Amino acid sequence: MYIDWSALGEVAVFSIGVSVGVVVIFTLGVVALSYRETETDRGGDGTLALTGAVLCFAACAAVVVYSIYLIVPQLHH
Amino acid sequence: MAHFSLLVCVVIITALVFDFTNGFHDTANAMATSIATGALRPKVAVLISGVFNLAGAFLSTKVAQTISSGIVNDKLATPAIIFAGLVGAILWNLVTWLVGLPSSSSHALFGGLIGAVWVGAGINGVHFDQVISKILLPAVASPIIAGIAAMIATYLAYRLSQRAQEGPVTSGFRHGQTITASLVSLAHGTNDAQKTMGVITLTLISTGALASGAAPPYWVIASAGLAIGLGTYTGGWRIIRTMGNRLTDIAPPQGFAAETSSAAVILSSANLGFALSTTHVVAGSVLGTGLGRRLAEVRWSVAGQMALAWLLTLPAAAAVGAVAAAVAVRGTPGVVVIGLVALAVAAAVYALSRREPVTANNVNDLPPARAPHAALGTAT
Repeated sequence: MYIDWSALGEVAVFSIGVSVGVVVIFTLGVVALSYRETETDRGGDGTLALTGAVLCFAACAAVVVYSIYLIVPQLHH
Repeated sequence: MAHFSLLVCVVIITALVFDFTNGFHDTANAMATSIATGALRPKVAVLISGVFNLAGAFLSTKVAQTISSGIVNDKLATPAIIFAGLVGAILWNLVTWLVGLPSSSSHALFGGLIGAVWVGAGINGVHFDQVISKILLPAVASPIIAGIAAMIATYLAYRLSQRAQEGPVTSGFRHGQTITASLVSLAHGTNDAQKTMGVITLTLISTGALASGAAPPYWVIASAGLAIGLGTYTGGWRIIRTMGNRLTDIAPPQGFAAETSSAAVILSSANLGFALSTTHVVAGSVLGTGLGRRLAEVRWSVAGQMALAWLLTLPAAAAVGAVAAAVAVRGTPGVVVIGLVALAVAAAVYALSRREPVTANNVNDLPPARAPHAALGTAT
């Protein structure tokens, strides 16, 4: 019986890495948004925090788009 | 469209019925955490999930072409045997739905087919080494991987956001959840709708209506996608309740972490050819996210029931499939008898479910089931 341990390991490393990565980046985006709110409440403009949040969300969106690309074979054959 | 015998029509309809039960059994996979955290209203959630299921069915037919040939010998399968296998899968799905257990629809289908082929065509018709490496191993590994991913992700999400204001953080994760949940639905459509397409295609090949190795015809893709989408929209509220509320309490950051982990595991495995169960992956993620926040949050008695149901799914569906096959291979009267018995059991399950209905309106309130020791008793 043939068990493809390396493929299994690949799934493990890839999915743990990607999930943790996306969640951490998204959390940073959410935290940045919350700091922006704190800033604007104090009368600041919070542009820096907003830019950071937008960058984080854009990175997550890129991962989502790439994963849709992966599940549609028509796109890469 | 070719001219089909009555038996082939019956098998196709039965396959679509299985697909429908697959849909409402697995709505929970994509949407339970979003419904539990209030990110999406229940009715909206099942609508989104159904639409993405349908879309997913059209995206890829890779799984459909490989689904049945690896596990059973497709040269030995006849329409009557496939019919018996489907009956085994449908009955197991209905009974587990009645008690609110998120068991794997894929394992029910594989189990039913294995049992039916074993009895109908002999033990040589089943590729047991493939069953172990393609089904059992991923079944054990995938929820563990998803659980570890969700646990680490949840822990970090809470650590990083603990000093931020709670309001914006919660609403941010809620918005994120609508996207991750849709992604899980899409992945589900590309996986589970394919399994039914594979079975219908196998039936058509076995009767010579399609050439060996043919891709599913367009009407098969469309009807399978519609059947699973409609099933999903109907909403398996009983299972959604178990997955979203009874296993652990879920807050928006956890829902986001769990859904991201599920999508990552399903997509990466599908890419490498592991036939895993979306149910197992999502349950692993939900458990992991409970552990990542606080160990005591997980209701281990509910988790234990689910694990037991997973162990039983394949053999139980196989047993029903085997009994059904023993009768169904005796010709038309045998098929009619099995069909009538299946209808009777389905009607009985439906009648029992009406005694304590779980709907979109009461899916999130469950005061009696909150106590862990009462979990099994209140679900039936």
